[in-house]
Amino acid sequence: MSGTLLSLAAIFGQLALLAIGGVNAVLPEMHRQVVDVHHWMSGREFTALYALAQAAPGPNMLVVTLVGWRVAGLAGAAVATGALVAPACLLTFGVALAWSRFRTAGWRIAAQAGLTPVTVGLVLAAALMLSRNTVRGPASAALLLASTALLLATRLHPLWLLGAGVLLGVSGLV
Amino acid sequence: MPTSGELFRGFFSVGIVGFGGVLPFVRRMVVERRGWLTPAEFTDTLALCQFLPGPNVTNLAVALGGRYRGAPGAAAAVAGLLVAPLVIIIGLGAVYDRFGANPVVAHGLVGLASAAAGLIVATSVKIAWPLRHSPLGIGTAGTAFLAIAVLRLPLLPTLLALVPASIALQLLRRRGG
Repeated sequence: MSGTLLSLAAIFGQLALLAIGGVNAVLPEMHRQVVDVHHWMSGREFTALYALAQAAPGPNMLVVTLVGWRVAGLAGAAVATGALVAPACLLTFGVALAWSRFRTAGWRIAAQAGLTPVTVGLVLAAALMLSRNTVRGPASAALLLASTALLLATRLHPLWLLGAGVLLGVSGLV
Repeated sequence: MPTSGELFRGFFSVGIVGFGGVLPFVRRMVVERRGWLTPAEFTDTLALCQFLPGPNVTNLAVALGGRYRGAPGAAAAVAGLLVAPLVIIIGLGAVYDRFGANPVVAHGLVGLASAAAGLIVATSVKIAWPLRHSPLGIGTAGTAFLAIAVLRLPLLPTLLALVPASIALQLLRRRGG
C-alpha cells in the first residue's frame, strides 16, 4: 500500500472511532487533516465534495468516499470508506450482543448524557466550518440562511433546497 | 425472521432512495413495511447506534443484521445499504473530476454548497435546541465548539480531555440531584 493510502487509512480509521454521534461531528477534524495537515485539497474543494455527497442518495458518510476518491482514485475511495466503516461495524457487532445487559445501567445513561453535548458542540463547529468555506458574498450567505430557515420552519424535503441551490448557482445569482 | 438476502434487499431499497439522511427511510422499512422490529425495539437499537462511534445508520444495519443472522446478516445489511450509494457517489466524483472546472458546473456547485451548508446549520440548531435548559450541557457544547471551531485543536486530545470530564460532571450532577 502506498504512503498516501496508508495515511488515508490511518486518518479515517481514527475518525471512525472519534465519530461520536455520527460523521458530522468529525467534519472539522477531517477538514483539518485533509486541507491543513496534508494539503490534499483546498477548503473550498472540501466543501464542494461535502455538497456533492449531500446531493447523492445514501448515508451522509459518503463524503468520506469522495475525499478518498479525490486523493487517490478508486483505491483511495475504497480505503477511506473501509477505514471509516469497518471499525464502527466491528464495535457495533460486538457491543450489540451485550447491549441489553447495560442499556439501563446508570453509567451508560450518564455516559450518553455526557457525550450528547460534546456531539452538539462538534456539529456546531462543523456548521461554522462549512459556512465559512461556502460564503463568498451576500448572495451565498442569503442562500445559506434561507436554506437553514426553510429546513427549520417547514417540512420541505432537503433535495428541493439543494436543487434550488444548483439553479441559483447556474443562473449566476449566487 | 429475515434471511441475509432479505436483509440485503431491504437495506438496498433504502440506500438508493435515502436523500438527505437515510435514517427516516430505514425506520419506515424496518418498522412499518417489514415489521422486523417494533417501534420500541427500533428506538432502543438506535440508542445503541448513537451511543457507539461511527455512522449511525451503518451501525444500525450491523446491529439488525447481526441480531437475525449473525455476522453474515450484518455484512449483508451493510453491503445492501452502501453498494448503490457508493457506485453513485463515485460516478458523481468522476463527473466532478471531468467537469468541476467548467464555469457553469462550478457556479452550480457554489449554489449547491451554500444550500448544503444550510442543511448542517439546521441540523446543528435542531440537536442543540434540547440543551437550552441545561447550563452544564451548554457549557460542555460551548467548550467543544470553542476548542474545535475557534482554537482549531486536534480532535483526539480534545475528546480525551472533554469526554471524561463531561461524563464525570453528569455523574456528579445525578448523585447530587
